[in-house]
Amino acid sequence: MSDMPKADELFKSIDYTPPLTGWMETPVDFSPGNWCYPAKPEKIEYINSKLPGLWGTPREWSPGDADWKLPPNWKETVVNGFRERLEKFRTLKLFMDICVRCGACADKCHFFIGSGDPKNMPVLRAELMRSVYRGEFTLAGKILSQLTGSRVMEEDVLKEWFIYFYQCTQCRRCSLYCPYGIDTAEVTMMARELMHLVGLNTNWIMEPVSNCNITGNHLGIQPHAFKDIVDFMVDDIEEITGRRVKAPLNEHGHEILFITPSGDVFADPGIYTFMGYLMLFDYLDLDYTMSTYASEGGNFGSFTNNEVMKKLNAKMYHEANRLGCKWILGGECGHMWRVVHQYMDTMNGDTQGPQMATPKSPITGTVFDTAAATKMLHIVEFTADLIKHGKLNLDPSRNDHLRVTFHDSCNPARGMGLLDEPRYVLKAVCNNFFEMPEGTTREQTFCCAGGSGLNTEEILEIRLRGGLPRGNALKYVQDKHGVNTLACICAIDRATLIPLADYWAPGVQVTGTHELVANALVFEEGEERTMDLRQEPLPGFEDEDDNWTPPNAEEA
Amino acid sequence: MAVVEFQGATFEVDEDGFLQKFEDWTPAWVDFVKESEGIKEITEDHQKVIDFLQDYYKKNGIAPMVRILSKVTGFKLKQIYELFPSGPGKGACKMAGLPKPTGCV
Repeated sequence: MSDMPKADELFKSIDYTPPLTGWMETPVDFSPGNWCYPAKPEKIEYINSKLPGLWGTPREWSPGDADWKLPPNWKETVVNGFRERLEKFRTLKLFMDICVRCGACADKCHFFIGSGDPKNMPVLRAELMRSVYRGEFTLAGKILSQLTGSRVMEEDVLKEWFIYFYQCTQCRRCSLYCPYGIDTAEVTMMARELMHLVGLNTNWIMEPVSNCNITGNHLGIQPHAFKDIVDFMVDDIEEITGRRVKAPLNEHGHEILFITPSGDVFADPGIYTFMGYLMLFDYLDLDYTMSTYASEGGNFGSFTNNEVMKKLNAKMYHEANRLGCKWILGGECGHMWRVVHQYMDTMNGDTQGPQMATPKSPITGTVFDTAAATKMLHIVEFTADLIKHGKLNLDPSRNDHLRVTFHDSCNPARGMGLLDEPRYVLKAVCNNFFEMPEGTTREQTFCCAGGSGLNTEEILEIRLRGGLPRGNALKYVQDKHGVNTLACICAIDRATLIPLADYWAPGVQVTGTHELVANALVFEEGEERTMDLRQEPLPGFEDEDDNWTPPNAEEA
Repeated sequence: MAVVEFQGATFEVDEDGFLQKFEDWTPAWVDFVKESEGIKEITEDHQKVIDFLQDYYKKNGIAPMVRILSKVTGFKLKQIYELFPSGPGKGACKMAGLPKPTGCV
């Protein structure tokens, strides 16, 4: 972050005055920092060998060069692909036709708020695509191009798509305010699909996609390494609690299959959330297994195209069937729940085995009818139900050194309406809980600005600009209530909110919710702990040497 | 793909200056990277971290999580940052020739 402007300088540099030129004439900035690195050719070669025909030609190219090495027939490919999708997806046709450009969404996007660039207004971002829709596919658009704001597909149009459809995190805050209910995330999804057809892609998305198809998870963790890491966490838990927890992997015949993002198995602070799950399940003596194959809750395929999203998602039911599990419990992940809640049943529902049933808590007997279609339950709902029924012995004073606020992760909040359960859990495990201001939370939550595969470092300034609204709300509760901890329920959040907080509200740390649950969980009456899951001393057990934090937050 | 030349050897690197292929790593790579990482001399402690990263990568195909690195080498996070000022993921992994992890990290 050394070459970044200081936070107050960046804040003052935001200019909401629109350019003097019309948007079609305003040039696009292709300088480094405005785009993610393209995918390594071998990643595309690999995925093309598994799902042929969707990826253009694997090649070395750079958005910073004038020549993007597009295939000779690129225009035909994009226009035909657009036409096919208009016929296939009724939603796309509708979203192209019904926008009246009222502008209700214009100032709702975190990237617009942080940049002032009109092309980051959701209405104009979608217009980049709608203008082509009208110019290529409607009679009025073809005849009266100027009057209808239409244009045909040209190279500079496609290049403009690449810049701006990768400055959208598919968070759907804009959709919330749309009087027509246009799902702008799906517009971005379609634009990205079309760009993939001619080999415009990013490595930060395609490497995880490729890894996931090989090993089952984005990070490329192989089964023996997965077991090694889990064993390591079990050791750490024993060091902290004196208790050796079970961590079943690939075991047949259990009731529940547990799936969480692989970021939680690898990166700080997600690993502490993962340790929290293990401790909770052990406390409950839960009849469950994890899988080293269905070892990823996230789905970077959903940032790519429908085909690969479906393929990567298929392992969830496949593994539940193979292991004979009745239902799936899902961890703290963001976009996983958008895919699970809104697409999984349609994509892969027919592969649910006959052994699968509506999730029912073996501890409380609660039947989760809302998960009847997918057979997959969110862990925060599961835990909230346990607390409601008094099944957890909790000592929230173990979190008394923390002053906690909650970031509603976009997809669980807007994609599945998970608003009250996380708060219910947090208030049960922490004594000091404070809400960020109204308009920045619940369904109106502001994005971490790194979702949909934008959580890569080469676009850090764009991310931090987009992180301004969340950072500003966080700073507010930091100043007003002394908040020092930002809880969330998403692995991308756990990675991206760290640099965001360091920049806009330094001194606030980021945590998963089940890390705090496990800190408060009392295994046996009279059990005393001297440290938290991070092996940092609890109040009263400090050691001077340990009071040190890294100079710059590292994401890996 | 960018290529760097150093002491008669050539290395293919990615946009962030990480080695494209782990197999291309040689001790000369460490000498090349150390300057940009602000490291004057490679000590036994640096070598211990590099050796462990490479062993782990050969066995597992990924970098170790930071807590494993810390526990196995016996260096606290603070000491790792003293050895590699840009941190374990950037400085140490880069010198050891490991690729950057991608995903929700």
